[in-house]
Amino acid sequence: MADLSLNGLSKHYGDFYAVREVSLTIADGEFLVLLGPSGCGKTTTLRMVAGFIEPSAGHVRLAGQDVTLLPPWKRNAGMVFQSYALFPHMTVAQNVAFGLEMRKLPRADIERRVEEALALVRLSGYGGRLPRQLSGGQQQRVALARALAIRPDVLLLDEPLSNLDAKLRQEVRVEIRELQRQLGLTTVMVTHDQEEALTMADRLVVMNEGAVRQVGSQRDLYERPADRFVAGFVGRTTFLAGTVEAPGRFRSDGGLALACAGGLPGRAVLSLRPERVEIGLQPRSGLDNALSGTVEFVSYLGALIDIHVRLSPSDRLVVQIANREGGFTPEVGQPVHVGWPVSAGQVFNE
Amino acid sequence: MIALIRRRARRWALNGAATVALAYILLPLIFVVWLAFFRQEIPSFPPEGYSLRWFAAILDQRKFVNGFSISFQVAALAMVVGLLFGVPAALCLVRYNFKLRGPLANLLLMPIIVPGVVLGTSMYVFQVEVENGLDMDVIGTFYALVAGHVVIVIPWVVRLVTASLSGVDRATEEAAQNLGANQWVTFWRITLPAIRPGIVAGALFGFVTSFGNLEMSLFLVGPGRTTLPIVILQYLEWKIDPTIAAVSVVQILLIGIAMLITDHYVKLARVV
Repeated sequence: MADLSLNGLSKHYGDFYAVREVSLTIADGEFLVLLGPSGCGKTTTLRMVAGFIEPSAGHVRLAGQDVTLLPPWKRNAGMVFQSYALFPHMTVAQNVAFGLEMRKLPRADIERRVEEALALVRLSGYGGRLPRQLSGGQQQRVALARALAIRPDVLLLDEPLSNLDAKLRQEVRVEIRELQRQLGLTTVMVTHDQEEALTMADRLVVMNEGAVRQVGSQRDLYERPADRFVAGFVGRTTFLAGTVEAPGRFRSDGGLALACAGGLPGRAVLSLRPERVEIGLQPRSGLDNALSGTVEFVSYLGALIDIHVRLSPSDRLVVQIANREGGFTPEVGQPVHVGWPVSAGQVFNE
Repeated sequence: MIALIRRRARRWALNGAATVALAYILLPLIFVVWLAFFRQEIPSFPPEGYSLRWFAAILDQRKFVNGFSISFQVAALAMVVGLLFGVPAALCLVRYNFKLRGPLANLLLMPIIVPGVVLGTSMYVFQVEVENGLDMDVIGTFYALVAGHVVIVIPWVVRLVTASLSGVDRATEEAAQNLGANQWVTFWRITLPAIRPGIVAGALFGFVTSFGNLEMSLFLVGPGRTTLPIVILQYLEWKIDPTIAAVSVVQILLIGIAMLITDHYVKLARVV
């Protein structure tokens, strides 16, 4: 195991930048997740680390060695592909043994390590099967075993869970994470699924339009998003459009005068997390902002209830409350009071 | 009720058309096979009796045995050379995007479309020019004949290998490289096994096309190096006894066996 660092990594096709100036350091044993919408450059970044795409600029260092110009087969990186990419004409054992054969290990060592790798993913005894005889989840585990068998310096996961059904995905998340911790694997995973990213990562990198927008822990990204994109992409939020009149004073397009934290005078959006807003039938007291509105839409999610509240003709707010015994039960059309402290909102200038 | 009748009628029409088409293809074959066992020399119906004498007659006539041998050698060699050109060509066409890809793909498939006589004439003229230019024997040599046949083998190889290549998951090749295989090892261990059905089918069809080719070979054969289809044609100019039918039966059997063996290893229906 070893650390990985990307330094000013870029890839452009003509004028189009798929990845722009990405610099990251991934510590030994760290689980880093690249998160972003499709086309944000996260997969291109991962493929540059694997060596499938040659960077236009920048460097990749793996285990202390500059591997930027090395072909994929000379880098000790184990990759799990979105489609698993198992070799269809080889048995499970032959698939797992492939990387070890390439490393010219003695036959006995190969057999032992194939057994170990299969045991690690709980597929002992499946060595003789062909990939097409396995379920999707099993194929995924073979792909993982195959990548682990070579004892890679870094494990690269390209949307590894996207082809599994929702139930299985939750199990596999935990399984991969535990395995990664137990083996102390330096891991980079690419995903567009924020829940997946939040549950698995030590540290997250949010990307958009080829560039890194923010790097940090789950809490950093959620509580202190660097910009409007990150605020909208990680977790849910309501954006109220308006103008900052003076630092601390926000006026929405619907005419609401709101207290906010900081902000530079000019056009801006106020981002409010749905669960930080209080709601009730009585006016809210002791909060920086207290407003009244009408319930317009309610979605019942089981443990949580989403309430859409109309504050003015052009301002609508989503409030999320826990579904508690004897708690507030909103009804459409009901007049309600909402409120929040300044700390619940964040202003992003445009 | 009416819908049911209509559906039945439609199915009857389809089955009827299929039967007619199948009969159209199979009847000549059935007659040839039947004829091969007639006892009399001049084919006439009903047969006067049955015998195997015409099969024995094939072996008595050196020209059939020689023709078969030449055809087999030419087809086998043309098939091998055709694979050496066709497989890399198919790889290029599928894997690389270059300016002349479209025209090149059409060019490689052209020999199937161009009439055999036109192909034969142009090949002949070309070989005359080469012979004049190089000042060495070209026309009528065994290798010139093979060279001509390579041209008609390539389209089959390119066509079928291209088809099976587009079904290969590129990620499997990347996975191999990720695990430490360089491009060559990746090709041998991953790509080649994946496109094997296309290669085998292309080779088989190329072989059969070459083996049965008449029009182009007419222009290219030299004295004493006549291929089987030409021997048959020449024989038919003088005689119409069932020897020809017997020769055809042998040919049908051989090709049929080749297809059965091939089908055992790769399901032809899946590639073609």
